[in-house]
Amino acid sequence: MIRYILWRIMVMIPTLVMISMLIFTIIELPPGDYFESYVEELKAIGEKADMQEIEELRARYGFDQPEPIRYLNWVGGMLKGDFGYSFEYRMPVSDVVGDRVWLTILVSTVTIIVTWLIAFPIGIYSATHQYSWGDYGLTLLGLIGLAVPNFVLALVLMYLANIWFGTSIGHLMDQKYLNEPMSWDKFKSILEHIWIPVIIIGTAGTAGMVRRVRANLLDELHKQYVMTARAKGLHPFRVLIKYPLRMSLNFFISDIGSVLPHIISGAEITAVVLSLETTGPMLIRALQSQDMYLAGSFLMFLAFLTVIGVLVSDIALALLDPRIRLRGGSTK
Amino acid sequence: MTERGDLLRVENLSVSFPLWGGTIEAVRNLDMRIRPGKVTALVGESGSGKSVLGRAIMGIETPVARTSGQIIFNDPERDEPLDLLSLPHDGRKIRSIRGNRIGMIFQEPMTSFSPMHTIGNQIDEVLRVHSILSPGERRERCEDVLGRVGFENPGRAFDMYPFELSGGMRQRAMIAMALICRPALLIADEPTTALDVTIQAQILKLLREAQAKLGMAMLLITHDLGVVASMADEVVVVYRGQVMEAGTAEDIFRNPQHPYTRGLMQAVPDFNMARDERLKPLREIKVDTAGLMQRTGRTEAKTDIILSVRNVTKSFLPKRSQGFGARPSAPTVAVNDVSFDIKRGETLGLVGESGCGKTTMSKIIMRGLTANSGTVTYNGDNGPIDVLNAEGQALQELRTRIQMVFQDPVSSLSPRMPVRSIISEPLEIHARGDAKSRQEAVQRLIHAIGLPDSALSRYPHSFSGGQRQRIGIARALALGPDLIICDEPVSALDVSIQAQILNLMKDLKKELGLTYLFISHNLAVVNYMADRVAVMYAGRIVEIAPCEIIMRNPVHPYTKKLLAAVPLPNLDCPLDFEAIGQPSAAAKKVWATQFKDDGNPDSLIHADLGGGHWVLARRNVDARELRP
Repeated sequence: MIRYILWRIMVMIPTLVMISMLIFTIIELPPGDYFESYVEELKAIGEKADMQEIEELRARYGFDQPEPIRYLNWVGGMLKGDFGYSFEYRMPVSDVVGDRVWLTILVSTVTIIVTWLIAFPIGIYSATHQYSWGDYGLTLLGLIGLAVPNFVLALVLMYLANIWFGTSIGHLMDQKYLNEPMSWDKFKSILEHIWIPVIIIGTAGTAGMVRRVRANLLDELHKQYVMTARAKGLHPFRVLIKYPLRMSLNFFISDIGSVLPHIISGAEITAVVLSLETTGPMLIRALQSQDMYLAGSFLMFLAFLTVIGVLVSDIALALLDPRIRLRGGSTK
Repeated sequence: MTERGDLLRVENLSVSFPLWGGTIEAVRNLDMRIRPGKVTALVGESGSGKSVLGRAIMGIETPVARTSGQIIFNDPERDEPLDLLSLPHDGRKIRSIRGNRIGMIFQEPMTSFSPMHTIGNQIDEVLRVHSILSPGERRERCEDVLGRVGFENPGRAFDMYPFELSGGMRQRAMIAMALICRPALLIADEPTTALDVTIQAQILKLLREAQAKLGMAMLLITHDLGVVASMADEVVVVYRGQVMEAGTAEDIFRNPQHPYTRGLMQAVPDFNMARDERLKPLREIKVDTAGLMQRTGRTEAKTDIILSVRNVTKSFLPKRSQGFGARPSAPTVAVNDVSFDIKRGETLGLVGESGCGKTTMSKIIMRGLTANSGTVTYNGDNGPIDVLNAEGQALQELRTRIQMVFQDPVSSLSPRMPVRSIISEPLEIHARGDAKSRQEAVQRLIHAIGLPDSALSRYPHSFSGGQRQRIGIARALALGPDLIICDEPVSALDVSIQAQILNLMKDLKKELGLTYLFISHNLAVVNYMADRVAVMYAGRIVEIAPCEIIMRNPVHPYTKKLLAAVPLPNLDCPLDFEAIGQPSAAAKKVWATQFKDDGNPDSLIHADLGGGHWVLARRNVDARELRP
């Protein structure tokens, strides 16, 4: 097992190297760099840029050097924990991202937990009462949830909240706490605001999750071992929990790999509509303005989380499913 | 017979399942009884409702099933009889009977256990539900019962996962689970159908012993009258959910009254049949081979040996254990120095228990696996072809000349293709004729296997197992092959369907001049089909001879054991559990010294006993010493 984990971690290294090259190439693909688009922007509003200062900045950040060297600088910096400098915010990337990351993780984690709490009971009910009115009704609701785009739901909820509660639900907290350090009041304000994005981001996820729990569980419910367990005299609920549900969890665990990066990137469009202080809108803005250190480091961070997530779910699968743990790699 | 005399009485039981626009009546007004301490066999073909009855007694049929009638259970530990059907579905009372007073084992040992939990966990659970023992006592009891069903190291077996055990061992664990609370009644639903004959004999022996020891009654649900003859005290024959005939085993076997019972008995192959005697299946298939095989320009081949296998060896490397750098363990030799010839127009039977390498051998001939060494030569119309190294044109020709019929009729046909496409696919791959002529060929093929034209546009799931196997045969015939490799073609089928398929294959062979390599674990079936028989054990052919010699006059102890393990529907020759009830590996230790290799495989060679009879024995042993 330990050998397996070590081996997996070693395999991660070339994967990450290749991803970093890809990210760097893609970011470099558009013509020009941040300073050019910055100068353009200034010109557009009729101001003159201080070309002297810009040339200095360019030299300082190595923009005059050939691309392979810039790539190596960037990667080397990241290895030392230096994620570069955001030109747009004029501060180090880690400071820009810092606060937002925590808020994003908060929103996403709450969303995911709420999704699971709602989706699992409904999925189990749907599977055990297949083709009943309850199943059909919940399926219909789920399909509506899947079909309605998040941003539409966001706009509708914003409107309703405004006329029913008279509050603006944009942002993750009351405006006055925006740049303040964390306090009890700020926390309460966040809690007041968080349910809206959670509902909006959660609906589609919940609906998809219900369908997957239902399908996976249905596959298992008709297996022979369920009959065996019932023939032992077990309570039907205990049978359900111990055998088919446990078996159908595999899909759920392999999902962890994709959940981790999702927690950080969040739902960008919803975040834009609701002007949430999460990382999604920031990433979009950084990509638009060619703020290359911010965008690149952020994408790299997401890739790293994906790889870690897959590793975690593989290890969890091996721990939970003896077939994978004890029979892995066997061929017929 | 007093009312209290019966352990279980089923009175006027009907079970039906609602289906779109109608109902399926699985059991109709069925009456039967089970006497305490006796084995009652419930016999019928698949679809006769016998498994439904078993599940109805346990109350584990799906809730949509509509049941009426009574199932009276006279538990000797209770004072008054109980109507199991009147108890609330999944209620506390019926649950206290399930697994406690009535145990049940199922057909599929592979899927009856949850792969996620250890054997011990799943057996222990029965005690957790039904007893108030402490964990230590429960573990002790589990290990005790595991030991008694034949696990050599119960403590280790307790912590093993089901997939680490073979099918036979899993079925033993299943029996341990059903018996742990010492039930008054054990329902065994086709307990040995998925196992090969030697394992079947071991499991039957185990059931018989457990039944006698615990003094419990057993309801044995099976389609195999051979198993019934060796096990049952009373027999109930059901057909389409109704009882055709019931009585003691003596009555049923000596003096069957109902034509259905007689039909079932005649469908089982028997060693005492004359060479040219035909089985009488319940429903015969008319073979119509008109227009098949009008291959032009067919020259008479020079030799009469169609396939020649020489010294083929194949070993499998075990899985890489964990990641890199782990020490590789010794390879498993699946096929070890196997040589045989198949003559043109004969049927060569290849017999052995599961895991002996017979399927591996067939896959090597089909080029599905690559042999480590040895040669296979096919003598076709255009001269000999080296099967193991053929490429391009020669390989393409080989693929048309050798075809295969598989064991599992369910998974060997694509569920997403209609029968027409399934049968015509080989023709398309080899670009035979145009669309119209292919269409006609498919029609001739479907007639040849006795299915109507309307079958062509249906999908495999709408056919029964036997019909699907026939479709598989039609597909194998499509290209007009010379040699067909039949890998356990009837093992997954009921005896009545088995007789039907065997007759069909015999007829096709006669009319089309085919050659068969017929692989099976059941010597009675091979006896019916084969001209010569090769017996395989642990990757080697231990005996090869004309069929009559193998059946009447076997020399090798393993062949004798295989012969003894076939259950015959005849009360006068029941299974000899003493002789066959132990695993082959253990039985091997008591083989006569002239057959043992004593750890050195090279010390054995094939000794010629004359008349095409070869047996694997010590190098220095005289042929006369081998004769019993």
